[in-house]
Amino acid sequence: MAAGKGEITVDVTQAWVMTPVQPMDWLIVAPIVLCLGAGGILLMFRKDVRQHVRITLGGLALVVVANGALLHRVVTDGPLVMTMGRWLPPFGITFNADILGVSFALVASIVALLGALYAISDVDDIERRYGFYPFLMMMMAGVMGSFLTGDIFNLYVWFEVLLISSFGLIVLGSTHRQLDGALRYAFLNLIATTIFLITTGYLYGVFGTLNMADIARKAAEHREAGPLLTIAALYFFAFGMKAAAFPVNAWLPASYHTPKVVVSAIFAGLLTKVGVYALLRVGFTLFPPERDVFAPAFAIAGALTMVLGALGALAQNDIRRMLAFLVVSGIGLMLAGIAMSGPLGIGGAVFYALHSMVAMTAVFLLAGLMQRRNGAAHLSDAGGLYASSPLLAALALVLIFAVAGLPPFSGLWPKVMLVKAGLDIGAWWLVATILLSAFLTTLALARLFLLAFWRPAPAGFAGQASPDSRSALAGVVGLTVPLVVFGVYPEPVVQLSVSAAEWLLNPQPYVNAVFPAAQP
Amino acid sequence: METLLALLIGVYLTAAVYLMISKHTIRLILGVALLSNGVNLLIFTAGRLTADVPPIIAYGSVVPAGPVANPLPQALVLTAIVIGFSFFAFLLVLTYRAYRDLGTDDSDHMKLAEPDGVRPPQGY
Repeated sequence: MAAGKGEITVDVTQAWVMTPVQPMDWLIVAPIVLCLGAGGILLMFRKDVRQHVRITLGGLALVVVANGALLHRVVTDGPLVMTMGRWLPPFGITFNADILGVSFALVASIVALLGALYAISDVDDIERRYGFYPFLMMMMAGVMGSFLTGDIFNLYVWFEVLLISSFGLIVLGSTHRQLDGALRYAFLNLIATTIFLITTGYLYGVFGTLNMADIARKAAEHREAGPLLTIAALYFFAFGMKAAAFPVNAWLPASYHTPKVVVSAIFAGLLTKVGVYALLRVGFTLFPPERDVFAPAFAIAGALTMVLGALGALAQNDIRRMLAFLVVSGIGLMLAGIAMSGPLGIGGAVFYALHSMVAMTAVFLLAGLMQRRNGAAHLSDAGGLYASSPLLAALALVLIFAVAGLPPFSGLWPKVMLVKAGLDIGAWWLVATILLSAFLTTLALARLFLLAFWRPAPAGFAGQASPDSRSALAGVVGLTVPLVVFGVYPEPVVQLSVSAAEWLLNPQPYVNAVFPAAQP
Repeated sequence: METLLALLIGVYLTAAVYLMISKHTIRLILGVALLSNGVNLLIFTAGRLTADVPPIIAYGSVVPAGPVANPLPQALVLTAIVIGFSFFAFLLVLTYRAYRDLGTDDSDHMKLAEPDGVRPPQGY
């Protein structure tokens, strides 16, 4: 503007990107823009609930395509970076897509798409009018943004976007149990994100920058003087709470069994993994030496999380609450992978996180299908499903094997990677704990099969069955297919996870992608 | 000035933690409100306090004449205030609704989602 008046010429090359953006580079914001756009359109069609399903499924399908193209691009060409408003980093908010973030985003969008397929028959018109689909799309925008952003304060903002949308989803229906569960979920998650915000304030005070690549670059020079260990510890605590790691996991089994089936399924699949992603990002990209210091803490927390989660699952009567404890148990494995480090340890954690997104969502939806059959939400009421639906029994068997990590399904391979990584560094006790938790998980899920499928239906219980729904079944089958395919042929995911881990262990390309000129 | 504000933030956070260890949801809410305000002050202080002029560049020059206030912490605090306020509003409605529907604000008495003494089937 000033230059137009012909009085002052400003050299903007120091602040702005002068080359035009390549059309394909816009791909990095596509998942977020599509989610936000679909959410906005859904709000405009708020009263025309018949359109909601179409808009959501279409929007999520486009998000999956965009994430797939982005993953292809990132794997072939290296990290993709875009800074908003044409600013040169670190001035603007940077988005930075690497294999870790994009593979999480891709799997998350697939899970959401298949969850939305299940939701067609699970969410009635009243709940649509209350905004199930807009909340879902806004939550997905938060999830996608968390996985793709390269700015730590922006990560906080995306956390809050997904959190406030998840509040809307968790109270949908407003039964008394939901209010109780939602209160615990809301308060504890809010405290966790507030600790995240406090830490980001301290981080800004030390570094004067919020760009993750900039922080990674400058961490070495602040390590002597700044309280980086404290900042890292606070981050690990906050994200550990989001990921439901022991001892700050109480909010998850207190709330995940109360909302609608599809809501709890998508929460179980996605939300804790956002916490795990943030732990990986902060632990390996920003503060690797600090992570080394806290590695024993990660190992102990991981071991306790997986064993206590599995033990908690054994003690539950509510089927979905039992599965919620298994979500917690799975987080322990990812923490163990973070503790072990190395390509195999992190790779195992990444693979397990991707597997767990699909498997936990599928098994929660399976619980929903079981409940539709005979109306039983508790183990004490369940029974007779093997006789009434052999197809459901077969599906249940596959998912139980997949969640428990038994061959030939995809839960096995990340555990193999983690066990191998543990043996390589001589962490025998951690390996033993992984195997123990796998045994306890198998036991808990075998009880589910025994009681709900093999046992005849208990007398005196007359639950209300809902009609079968093809779309709901299609959602669960769609989630089961990758578990089988990548169980038989795990090589692509293993390679993807290991290269994600190698990129994490060597953050230089990630930094260079943001600051190409400033290479030392 | 920084020391004074640091002490004030300490008071805020201490009061917030004290309120949040209560069983009553109304105190929890007040604790959350204090916590988010304390955090806002903390970010503000972490961005260094300067009694300088606003970061506005005078017409005719391309850089500010002297030291100016750092606008970034203010932008961060503004974001945090908006987010904190919306969460507070949601929690207020949720707590009120829970109080109306469940008839108590004592979180020990609203254990509907996690009832005591429920056991899974002991045999097969």
